[in-house]
Amino acid sequence: MHDAAVHDDSKGQYFFVWGALLVLTAVEVALAYNQVFEPVRMLEALMILSIIKSALIIGYFMHLKFEIAAMKWTMMVAVVGCLCLMFVFFEDALRIVHLGVK
Amino acid sequence: MSDVAVQHGVADAYEPSLFGTYSKKVGMWLFLLSDSLTFGALLFAYSYGRISNPDWPTPFHKASITNATIMTGCLLSSSLTMVMGVLAARRGDRSWTRNWILFTMLFGTAFIVLHGMEWSKLIDEGLRLPLFPAAGHEVNAEFRSVTQVVPQFPATFFTLTGMHMLHVTIGVIYLGIVALRRKFLPILAVIWLVGWLVIPKDSVFHYLIHVLLLGLVVAATIIFLKPKDYDAHDVEISGLYWHFVDLVWMFIFPLVYLMSTRITG
Repeated sequence: MHDAAVHDDSKGQYFFVWGALLVLTAVEVALAYNQVFEPVRMLEALMILSIIKSALIIGYFMHLKFEIAAMKWTMMVAVVGCLCLMFVFFEDALRIVHLGVK
Repeated sequence: MSDVAVQHGVADAYEPSLFGTYSKKVGMWLFLLSDSLTFGALLFAYSYGRISNPDWPTPFHKASITNATIMTGCLLSSSLTMVMGVLAARRGDRSWTRNWILFTMLFGTAFIVLHGMEWSKLIDEGLRLPLFPAAGHEVNAEFRSVTQVVPQFPATFFTLTGMHMLHVTIGVIYLGIVALRRKFLPILAVIWLVGWLVIPKDSVFHYLIHVLLLGLVVAATIIFLKPKDYDAHDVEISGLYWHFVDLVWMFIFPLVYLMSTRITG
């Protein structure tokens, strides 16, 4: 199992990642609970924190960090590219807001 | 071992895997990529509705946020126990592999129960889809108003969180089969039967509990058609699925709950 054997499998790093995920979740809840930002800025802040959390999960818990470069790039470029294409719909959502449609 | 999937005796007839790992893991990754597009579409649909509708409701108060935060903690902790299970499987420690997977299932089940209670509370208070069974009482005028004025909210909320709850349920069944194999089938059958008999008929979960029966049929078919002793690779790919379920929640929680928060009092 060369893919599994080449990296450090110490438990400590996983507990550290778990702790970091819990702390980031607490930060998200605190931001929302105290209504720190107005909605659009809040959405940006929460999405940045969520992307950091998902990177930790994919990299460490799902072990993608320890796979070879071909695996990492093929998987991530494909899914991120497809998801980014969906952003095209937001233009239409904003158009509806500007039209004032009820 | 990982880059030699077929022992055919003909040197150089097959090239090593492009991705440097065993084919089952690549297959699971490809499935997860396709599934992430499913959830991506649902999350984008929810976000589209939220952006395009200035009157988007913010019905989640302190109790809902607290509940969803505990659910998030359960899923994050289940990911940690799953990683411990994968490490134990690599060491060849079968006993602790099973124990860690059972802990993971426990956290997953806690998530499902908490989510089910949250759904039941919201439905009882009036946030509902037309296809849900009629409730005896609807006490919260705010939720009734949300359902009537912005029907996109309950539609996207129940679709998105329901799809995720279905994935968590499938994950718990999957892990149960990997950990306990055939022994898990009667346990699953009892849970389905008890759940069906205990949950009141006016609850949507009286009908949704049949997902467990469907899972039982599928799991039994797989186990009896291809009985096998699941190895470290099987534990690792079941872990990939479980972490993906956790990953999706990391986007649902802020988008659906935290962005629809109104703290009062």
